Amino acid sequence: MAAAEQQTSSQASHEQNWHGIVLQALKRNEIRLVPYVPDRVLTTLIKNLHADPFFTTFPAAREEEAVGIVSGAWMGGMRGAVLMQTSGFATLANVLASLAMPYQIPLILFVSERGTLGEFNYGQSLVCRTMRPVLDSLAMEHHTVTRLDEFEFIVDRSIKQAITTQAPVALILSPLLTGGKVFDK
Amino acid sequence: MTATSTPVRNTKVMNRFDLTSRLIGKLKNEEAVIGGIGNTNFDLWAAGHRPQNFYMLGSMGLAFPIALGVALAQPKRHVFALEGDGSLLMQLGSLSTIATLAPKNLTMVVMDNGIYQITGAQPTPAAAVSDLVAISIGSGLINSAWAADEEDFERLIDQSLSASGPALIGVRIDDKPGVGTTRRDPVQIRERFMLGLGVRQPL
Repeated sequence: MAAAEQQTSSQASHEQNWHGIVLQALKRNEIRLVPYVPDRVLTTLIKNLHADPFFTTFPAAREEEAVGIVSGAWMGGMRGAVLMQTSGFATLANVLASLAMPYQIPLILFVSERGTLGEFNYGQSLVCRTMRPVLDSLAMEHHTVTRLDEFEFIVDRSIKQAITTQAPVALILSPLLTGGKVFDK
Repeated sequence: MTATSTPVRNTKVMNRFDLTSRLIGKLKNEEAVIGGIGNTNFDLWAAGHRPQNFYMLGSMGLAFPIALGVALAQPKRHVFALEGDGSLLMQLGSLSTIATLAPKNLTMVVMDNGIYQITGAQPTPAAAVSDLVAISIGSGLINSAWAADEEDFERLIDQSLSASGPALIGVRIDDKPGVGTTRRDPVQIRERFMLGLGVRQPL
């Protein structure tokens, strides 16, 4: 076993899995407010956020609403992040273009990616194709995470960059990282 | 007086700028005020700029969610949100979220003229049939009421400052446009608001 691999596996055993890495990175960066619109892939993360008194986490009716909430909280001195799935991101073009970007708010989005690598619902695969063009057209920072060994670095650095540059970021969680959602019933 | 027929109510038709000025006149403790898009924040701007005012320049419907975020971040500061009826219709789900979280430092005001005044006074889909205060109560915001007149509005504002949960006040307003025009400088608006909330120190 190579040294690098040993290091990776000890880090992996410390933080175990992708949702544990998200939770620890949020905590490390003092991100306490986490509204979400749920997704199957995010279930364990959402459950663990609820179980941890460090976090104020709750469902919002729409992703746009959650973006409004964390934007207000940021201005009031409390850091937040929003969890959603791909189709939820597709409802956000207006709020990104009229609130997060022009007001320079460090909005942090975690998007569970549906619509690719085994999608079974054609509508999900179509809406997925709109996500990166929207992000690119706004010149908004985004990363698609596929590997567990890179995940902590990407999450931690992206959160810090968003806050220090006062610019939004979207972290897209690929099925390669999370396992995604597969057709089972 | 309103441009459209509205459900029968024994509430006086008032004026947005007048009500906004009455609210601002009552604020003595650096309360935050979030102004929804269009005429709502134009009148907030015209009522006298305060560092604790936040003016929205888009993202229609998000005045209440933004105010909720401020209220959660600063539980010791009272937060007011001013929103139009058309804007609220875009984000009715936020009423349930706010009812669930139930911050006691949040007062929401719905300026209801039944029309999209700024786009040419077209009636909203709710204008002739829906009661936004009843929707609010049904969403779980039990401390919701129509203001009968200006005095009643002031009474409800005072009451909300010491309430044990969030309050929503519906006001019927006329079809007049906003009195002022917000300077459309989003970064300066946000930065001044953060200074006003004590989150930022001046350079």
